[in-house]
Amino acid sequence: MATTEHSTHQPAPLSLYLATFGMLMFLTIVTILAGFHNFGMWSTPIALGIAAVKAALVIVIFMHGYSSSSLTWVIILASMFFLTIMLGLMLSDYVSRGWAM
Amino acid sequence: MATVSLQSKTFDKFPDVVGRQDDTNYLNHDHSITSWLFTLDHKRIGLLYLVTITLMFLLGGALAGAIRLELLTPKGDFLTADTYNKAFTAHGIIMLFFFLIPSIPAVLGNFLVPLMIGAKDVAFPRLNLLSFYLYFAGSVIALTALLLGGVDTGWTFYTPFSSTYSNSYVIVMAVGLFVVGFSSILTGLNFIITVHRMRCPGLTWFRLPLFIWSIYATSVVQLLGTPVIAVTLGLLGVERTLGVGIFDPRLGGDPILFQHLFWFYSHPAVYIMILPSLGVTSEVIATFSRKNVFGYHIIAFSSIAIAVFGFIVWAHHMFTTGISPYAAMVFSLLTFSVAIPSGIKVFSWLATMYGGSISFDTPMIYAFGFLGLFTIGGLTGLFLSTLGTDIHLHDTYFIVAHFHYIMVGGAIMGYMAGIHYWWPKITGKMYSEFWGKLSAGITFIGFNFTFFPQFILGYLGMPRRYYEYPDEFQVLNVFSTAGASILAIGYSMPLFYMTYSFFFGEKANSNPYGGSTLEWTNTTSPPSPHNFEQTPVVTEEPYHYHGKEAAVVSH
Amino acid sequence: MSATNETVQDHGQHHHKDLAHHFDTLEQQHDANTLGMWAFLLTEVLFFGGLFAAYTIYRYKYSAMFEEASNHLDITLGATNTVILILSSLTMALAVRCSQTGNSLWTGRWLLITIAFGLMFLGVKYVEWKHDYHIHLMPGKDWSGKDYWHWQYAKKAKDMETEAHKKGSAEHALPDRKDVLADNDPSLGVRGIQESQQARLFFLLYFCMTSLHALHMLVGFVLIGIIAYFAYQGAYSPEYYSPVENIGLYWHFVDIVWIFLFPLLYLLGAHMGH
Repeated sequence: MATTEHSTHQPAPLSLYLATFGMLMFLTIVTILAGFHNFGMWSTPIALGIAAVKAALVIVIFMHGYSSSSLTWVIILASMFFLTIMLGLMLSDYVSRGWAM
Repeated sequence: MATVSLQSKTFDKFPDVVGRQDDTNYLNHDHSITSWLFTLDHKRIGLLYLVTITLMFLLGGALAGAIRLELLTPKGDFLTADTYNKAFTAHGIIMLFFFLIPSIPAVLGNFLVPLMIGAKDVAFPRLNLLSFYLYFAGSVIALTALLLGGVDTGWTFYTPFSSTYSNSYVIVMAVGLFVVGFSSILTGLNFIITVHRMRCPGLTWFRLPLFIWSIYATSVVQLLGTPVIAVTLGLLGVERTLGVGIFDPRLGGDPILFQHLFWFYSHPAVYIMILPSLGVTSEVIATFSRKNVFGYHIIAFSSIAIAVFGFIVWAHHMFTTGISPYAAMVFSLLTFSVAIPSGIKVFSWLATMYGGSISFDTPMIYAFGFLGLFTIGGLTGLFLSTLGTDIHLHDTYFIVAHFHYIMVGGAIMGYMAGIHYWWPKITGKMYSEFWGKLSAGITFIGFNFTFFPQFILGYLGMPRRYYEYPDEFQVLNVFSTAGASILAIGYSMPLFYMTYSFFFGEKANSNPYGGSTLEWTNTTSPPSPHNFEQTPVVTEEPYHYHGKEAAVVSH
Repeated sequence: MSATNETVQDHGQHHHKDLAHHFDTLEQQHDANTLGMWAFLLTEVLFFGGLFAAYTIYRYKYSAMFEEASNHLDITLGATNTVILILSSLTMALAVRCSQTGNSLWTGRWLLITIAFGLMFLGVKYVEWKHDYHIHLMPGKDWSGKDYWHWQYAKKAKDMETEAHKKGSAEHALPDRKDVLADNDPSLGVRGIQESQQARLFFLLYFCMTSLHALHMLVGFVLIGIIAYFAYQGAYSPEYYSPVENIGLYWHFVDIVWIFLFPLLYLLGAHMGH
């Protein structure tokens, strides 16, 4: 369509940005503390999970994801999807090499 | 029933819908060199690409000639082994990255996408020009690599040969490919945003021409896949320069990792090469059958399916490398499934033609050729996705024949169909139907003589990338080389009659073939610089040939 | 197609000075520009993704050595950089916000402060890399073929540093290269030689990933600088602030990459307790 539905959006309140920053700082500390703790096989998922939450905060708030079009979200999710495919399917080869036939 | 003769033509049967205001068009409104070299007009950029990729095609073709000449005899006598390696490497790199991947998107896509959606230009015209200059720069760098002495690793750059042992100009070539890759990425990005946000009023997604769907799917693949090959070539360069063992088993590295990363892009890349041709075929078959495309929705969705599925099959290039048998089985199964959307398209096209009023103009001849050859190429792919038979056929001439049927019999035939179909719109001139049909026929015959024997050779066990072979394979190789000479004639002819028509051809009206999409119905031939006098408003499906239209033809 | 039964008059409209000719409205232009940047960031995800893929595979294959090698990175400096970069993301977000409200002066200022934080980040990275260079943790050879990498040396240097810490002194000498075995010394055994190779792969990935990230920051500085210049000139307004928004998107992406790099590179061995 030649015209879009939403207008260039109103700026978010300053407090939202500061609160997000605070949350990111907090999560960074959590990342480090979690890093020093041995969770066995869960260490990596936990570290990536915390990073994902931080990334989500940056995307939704700092990058204005909350007011972005659905196409923007398709792009964001597509990037995650295809990255997962690349890493996952590649890793599945290496992981399954040792399996018995 | 229309009789087919070399002289029969459709184009004097349709009235000129778009009146001519004056003779100003995008070609003649400014003749200066700077207006061409710094143009932001998508139509002119398309023509800039046309010139450069044609030159690269001629170079790639000459290299193919060298290969086929060498293979006339069982012994290596025309080229040294080393030179032969460099020849097939250069042939592959130039044909894939500098001809096939840009071809339809950069030439026809750039020209047609804004016209087909009723827009004044693409979303980012300056980015479009940058894309062209990146292509140009990448080509210059690649040619430099060839002039310095070439690359002998095969276009696949397998490690550790390319990363450690090869003494050829791998890094220079890798830089050239890196640069041209960004041209591809930016073109794809431009088209995606253009199709999403620049459609004219009334043009909903399911009123888009199928060519746009296929360009859109291609652009998605370009965007997602090309960055991976870029970073992989970067790692290759790092390894060659620093001597660290990312891909070198002596130093703890893994050569298969390179292949995984390489093919993650390079398999989707072949869909970049074929998807646009599939779109052209939809357009040509609809117009020259005077009939709505059968299964419009399913053809549109199949383009998207091919694009997405294309990303999960890459390891079928690696079945014999030692990947896990479980991974191999999964990739084999997925590869079978990626054939399904292509098959759906072929059946839909057949159903489109059935009951239609077919005219055998040159674009349609090429489309027929495409149908048969693409189907053969696709079916032979099934032998290769079957694990057992692939063990036997991998790295033989069967593979070479398979991909040439798709890339040449498929993609290039589609490109030729598109160039011939839209030539009147692009240049405002008609080429000679006689020469068009003749060269299409010669190309078809030459192509089959060249590549069909190679299926047999591969089945019999002749390996690829070897400059000498056992004597028993000579007869088939001679056939193949003979066919290649005919193919060369077939491809050279358009250079003459098309160029001739550009300057001296009969003037075309706005819609010589009776097409129903916006570029035919709402623009002059050639179009004006700003495309449309007034922004179109779309109210109907794209292919709206009603029964009565077929009757118009037979007056 | 009878699409010409309706057409839209599109000449004679008032054209905003920032509206490009091929767009119909400022909204359409803003939307297209923003989407264009998001699409570009998608390519960047896949671009870095290739390196993440290599990291994933090698970490799976050589997990023990990757953890040990990671412990040679300075977590304090890495964490400091994480904080700096998140701060720069905040200042960038504030810059975009100012451009949305039409505050040209502070748009420019916040952009320059963002660059300043970015430069601090690179300064810390320089300190890190200089240290790595001195203890021979830089993979690669120089022109004469001499190897920069010497894992046995780096291990010895780390042991000496730990000793010095225990004794409470901050300074410690570097070992003498003659006292340390070569990485391919047969007495190390196959295992010992492989350890050096695997640790080197970790550091190669570390340098490749952080270099690529740093390169993106450098490009970012140039672009932010140009946009800051135009901001000071009053080029942006609440109707047209796309360039600021888009450089913001780019910069936040750079931040997100580091958010993942930090735990994956610096923290994977932290639990080993050294």
